[in-house]
Amino acid sequence: MILGWFKRKKRHYPEFWLRYLETFNNNKNETIATTRFVAFDTETTGFDKKKDRILSIGAVSILDKSIEVNESYEVYLKQDVFSNKTVEIHGILKTGSLKKVSELDAIESFLDYIKDAVLIAHHANFDKDMVNEMLLRHGLGKLKNEFIDTGYLFSKSKHIIYRENLKDHYTLDDLCAELNVPKVDRHTASGDALITAIVFLKILSRLNRRKHLNWDYLLNKT
Amino acid sequence: MKNSIAERVSDFLKNHPPFDLLDAKKLLNIAKEVVIIYLEKGDVLFKQGASCNNHFYMVRNGAISLTYSNNNAQEIVSMSDAGDIFGVRPLIAQENYKLTASAHEESIVYGIPIDSFRLAAENNSRVYKYLITAFATNAYDAYTTKETHEIFVDYLPSNSRDIANFQTANYTKKPVTCSVNSSLKEAALKMSENKIGYIVVIDDAKKPLGIITNSDIKNKIATGIFPIDTAVTNIMSSPVITGNKNLTVADGQLQMIKHNIAHLCITKDGTVNSKLVGVLTNHHILVALGNNPTAILKEIIRAKRTKKLRNARLKADTLLKNYLEQNIPITHITKVISKINDALTVRAIEIALPKMPTPPPVKFSWLSIGSQGRKEQLLYTDQDNALVFEDVPKAKYKETQDYFLELSKHVTKSLNKIGFEYCEADMMASNSAWCKSISEWKNQFKEWILSPGEEAVLLSSIFFDYSMVYGSQNLTDQLTDTIYEALEESNLFYKMLAQDAVKSPSPLGFFRQFLVEKNGEQKDLFNIKNRGLMPLVDAARLLVLTKHIKGINNTFERYEKLAQIEPNNKELYESCSYAFKALTKFRTKHGLKHNNSGKFIDLETLSNEEKLKLKRCFKPIDEIQKTLTLRFDLKTLPI
Repeated sequence: MILGWFKRKKRHYPEFWLRYLETFNNNKNETIATTRFVAFDTETTGFDKKKDRILSIGAVSILDKSIEVNESYEVYLKQDVFSNKTVEIHGILKTGSLKKVSELDAIESFLDYIKDAVLIAHHANFDKDMVNEMLLRHGLGKLKNEFIDTGYLFSKSKHIIYRENLKDHYTLDDLCAELNVPKVDRHTASGDALITAIVFLKILSRLNRRKHLNWDYLLNKT
Repeated sequence: MKNSIAERVSDFLKNHPPFDLLDAKKLLNIAKEVVIIYLEKGDVLFKQGASCNNHFYMVRNGAISLTYSNNNAQEIVSMSDAGDIFGVRPLIAQENYKLTASAHEESIVYGIPIDSFRLAAENNSRVYKYLITAFATNAYDAYTTKETHEIFVDYLPSNSRDIANFQTANYTKKPVTCSVNSSLKEAALKMSENKIGYIVVIDDAKKPLGIITNSDIKNKIATGIFPIDTAVTNIMSSPVITGNKNLTVADGQLQMIKHNIAHLCITKDGTVNSKLVGVLTNHHILVALGNNPTAILKEIIRAKRTKKLRNARLKADTLLKNYLEQNIPITHITKVISKINDALTVRAIEIALPKMPTPPPVKFSWLSIGSQGRKEQLLYTDQDNALVFEDVPKAKYKETQDYFLELSKHVTKSLNKIGFEYCEADMMASNSAWCKSISEWKNQFKEWILSPGEEAVLLSSIFFDYSMVYGSQNLTDQLTDTIYEALEESNLFYKMLAQDAVKSPSPLGFFRQFLVEKNGEQKDLFNIKNRGLMPLVDAARLLVLTKHIKGINNTFERYEKLAQIEPNNKELYESCSYAFKALTKFRTKHGLKHNNSGKFIDLETLSNEEKLKLKRCFKPIDEIQKTLTLRFDLKTLPI
């Protein structure tokens, strides 16, 4: 019975959502080197996940410490919600020359892009919530991907001596400063996604040097 | 689709040749196809002999070293910095990689597909000309760039050491000689007069007949085999090995190795049947190769840029390898390498000072701490340093500290470029916690000593082993005095240090088997640093502190000193000193072999003999730990 209920519900899902779910089916036990990671960032009209909207998403994929530029992802969304306050941060105008797509089209291309990759974001919960809300508005389920938060991973990777004076909150700028990552194109979704990706790789290398780079540690299961 | 990342990539590319010769649209098309590759220090991008992939590369951040290996020797051919391109030649010449590219430090590299580049650069002869010149430059030297027809000739190495190999050797032009009729005594007097270790025996036509060296005198005269008035012909080595005037350093070295000699006679026509014109010694070869401490130190002192310092440090690494191969005592090696490391730091500071807007507002001293402070650092390790400055009025404190923090940032950045990784734990003078006035430092040490906690013990293992590298000796002395005064008032601190020193049980442990690191990827790896070296280092530091011995930072020297003042335990201390030296050598060799810090040792790779040697070193660790447990009454520790 339950199976039938699922089936009925599934029929209402658009093709791309099923395609996205399908990518999780092959149960592979992958190493960190062979896993596809996607670092992403969203620019939004504000911080309220119910009221505010995503204006753009940028993402890059990482495979074995390499990022292919032609494999990067960038989308701008048509939104009715608009906030003057955040324009000065991300610089996306309500009517600008940028080519914008509908929210549903953006979801489709984004899901097709991320597939079953492990997602990386700075303060991942915020981006995760914003995307999940967007999915919800269109009657879809939540993201199924594993998440890694660079802010949290960074705190965790700090040397034991400094654990006491950890900040509660590390901004992406803090990480760039400490890890010596050039800040190019900060505050565009793509630029921040690339910075996040490099920050992530640098933290991995730090963990690797200490010889405790493993999945449980990364996915916060230890 | 808009691709902001490609735009940023092209923004970087357009500032560097040959991309500056392309128009923006074409450049963006290339940028879209770029692969951004992240490399950890030591990661290999491509290997010599591998077939080439379809990319050539530009360094975005960091430095990539290109090395050429021949039999067992590995030579650094060139170093690519931000904006440099490499890996072009195999693509154009359609051949396998002739060099290995690996990250000299953490780097980001752009991989540029040759196909999209060709497409964009089509009909742009200037671009091609640049590329051709570029790899000709990489492969040889600037003056060959005009001879573009020569670019496909086989790879010729370019760094100064390699060039030295092909230089004509610089030999002694007027060698000390004696005639065949001389007695050994006459010859020896002549050698002594000229302060030289060898003399060539020549005949009437000045042809070299034989050679007598210090070791001949030692082995044949001093032993009583021959009397001192014996004829030189009786004890000379004969015939001599000869070479001609145009002999290269490489050939000279080859001859010496082949015949197991240290002196080569240079004659007019290169044979033993012509007039002697000079002598080439082992020393000349060493000097020519620049692989001797004096030459390296000179190079450091003269360096105007960090890049030069990096080259000098690379040479020191080769020197280290040679020393280890030649079985030179580890005490000597450590002294030489520490001296070089200190000189590098001093020079890095001297280069940094003019970058500051003003001279230092007050006196300061730059301290090496940890293993650098103990002067037992052989391989590249993390940098550990701290800075002390003179007291200033409260109102001026922040301004003064900021000045030194900025200075320290320049210095640590240079040191990083030279090859010393940033300290993971950020124990560097560029961190405000470790860049303080003398009073603040005194308080810091007093706090550690008088109210010791876990952190104090952890940090004391690093900060108590400081040694001054640059600046005011007076500040450092003040600090040392304060420490010994404070130690008078605290026994708890000693106890805690002792507790810490015995915390990793000696690896002799269970059934005399190795305790192998149990968790995760350290499985089957033996941590020689934590299990072998640190217990010895910690014990030595503690004992030296209790005995109020000042100014001896080396662990093995500390044990030797302890052996002197505590004759009862002479044997134990001497074996600790020996074990420490042996383990250091072990770790260094291992690190050089695997191009890492040598901290973890894979037991699988060890021969039985090596395992046995290791075990022998563990015995003193076990004993010194037992001694500490007794002496500091550790079983009743109140914590």
